[in-house]
Amino acid sequence: MSEKVSPLRQPAAPVSAAAFMDEVAGLIVEALNLDVAPADIDPAQPLYGEGLGLDSIDILEIALAVSKRYGVQLRADGEENERIFGSLRQLADYITAHRTK
Amino acid sequence: MAERLGAGRHVLNACADRYHFTVGFAATLVSGRLSLLPSTHTAQVIRQLRAYAPDVVCLTDADDCDIELPRVPYPRTAAASDASPPGTPAVPAASMSVPAIGAAQPAACVFTSGSTGTPVPHRKSFGPLIACVGEEARRLGIADGTSRAIVATVPPQHMYGLESSVLMALATGYALCAERPFYPADIAAVLAAVPRPRILVSTPVHLRALLESGIAVPATDLIVCSTAPLAAPLAADIERRCATRLLEVYGSTETGQIALRRPTEGPEWRLWPGIKLSARGEETWAQGGHIEQPTRLWDVLEVTGAGRFLLHGRVADLVNIAGKRSSLAYLDHQLNSIPGVVDGAFFHVDDPRAAARGVARVAACVVAPQLDTAQVVEELRRRIDPVFLPRPLVFVAQLPRNSTGKLPQEALRSLAAAHLKSA
Repeated sequence: MSEKVSPLRQPAAPVSAAAFMDEVAGLIVEALNLDVAPADIDPAQPLYGEGLGLDSIDILEIALAVSKRYGVQLRADGEENERIFGSLRQLADYITAHRTK
Repeated sequence: MAERLGAGRHVLNACADRYHFTVGFAATLVSGRLSLLPSTHTAQVIRQLRAYAPDVVCLTDADDCDIELPRVPYPRTAAASDASPPGTPAVPAASMSVPAIGAAQPAACVFTSGSTGTPVPHRKSFGPLIACVGEEARRLGIADGTSRAIVATVPPQHMYGLESSVLMALATGYALCAERPFYPADIAAVLAAVPRPRILVSTPVHLRALLESGIAVPATDLIVCSTAPLAAPLAADIERRCATRLLEVYGSTETGQIALRRPTEGPEWRLWPGIKLSARGEETWAQGGHIEQPTRLWDVLEVTGAGRFLLHGRVADLVNIAGKRSSLAYLDHQLNSIPGVVDGAFFHVDDPRAAARGVARVAACVVAPQLDTAQVVEELRRRIDPVFLPRPLVFVAQLPRNSTGKLPQEALRSLAAAHLKSA
């Protein structure tokens, strides 16, 4: 059964990259109502297709959650977009670099 | 373009760019070939497509296309790539004549999943397709000849996207935007890049994301929505935010579009002129107008007056996830065809939040003592579109079949819920 996700802290306090990755994993699980624990998402495995098995509807949902929480509006600019959803780590890194809140 | 398509008579048009798709579609049409438009490109669907039309080729504009068919790359212009073969000299527009296409000529073949594992082809003749889109333009109030720009978030390969973007542009001469914007920021940027009046052809999933993103949406003169019913409050919010009219069209792969409503004016749909609904037992059938033969609708409809009806959701067996359609029977068939699966069944998930988003997923129970989740999911991924992958997939010792061998949906939901609790 999916674990309850604790309300995530805001505004952003400086957190370690690992802690931030956990936070983003929690956001994904919460946004998609996934049947996995955030800690069980492999930081290196692809989010899209094989791996976590998300599809484009999920990606849109994650993008929406990310824009609401971190003020990052994703764009589908070819290569970069594929890279962003290449793994949990890459998504967390991208948010860290572009967040406005 | 038509010469590049080779000796075969069938073309799978996989071009992602809407302009490329349209050129490919037109070339296929003028050369007397048929465009095959399956809703998904899984390995199994491609195999079935090859069995249906052994001479089929895949027209693609992707560098990394992995569709297992003879490939015809969409030609790049000399300006885009020095490596491409020299193109033919440009023909001045004035010297080109618009080719006449016979109304009875088959223009597209779309597929529904059927219930036995074999996709069911539906051939669409050019005349009825154009008649349907012409009526759509009149119903949408855009048949006055004023030039417009069409931006669409739906793929051109989907019946709704084919009609409301590609064929609409061909039938009216309006400008068609090649992009298929995905994220809210993309949709806003593409809209801003084209002149008004502009039309956004989209779905509840994209529109809800656009609204909730908080992004400023450029003034849009008309929004067209389809694939799943749009909740009236969401429709009202979108109209307010975009200072626009939002019209919803109703249709199916088999019939094309047949009705329209403005959700902020009421829940009733109005049929296109000439289209008649009739009840056959529990089923609703549609005929007349551009519909080539009487056709069953896979939704529960209540006729409320002449040419008016209410929509009460899909029939129990049908699965519609963000415009992709399948049936529980088809999904069950695919699950049970996996070596090692003893028994298995899909069911609808009761998830109000997902339903509000317009994305109600399916789940499945499976009896497969020798397999694990990853193995079953990997096998399913080869057979069905990923939107139909079960969420969750629950391993059980036995399915709750009743004395007649039937599997009540409610029993499956209870069984899955019990297993998930104890896990």
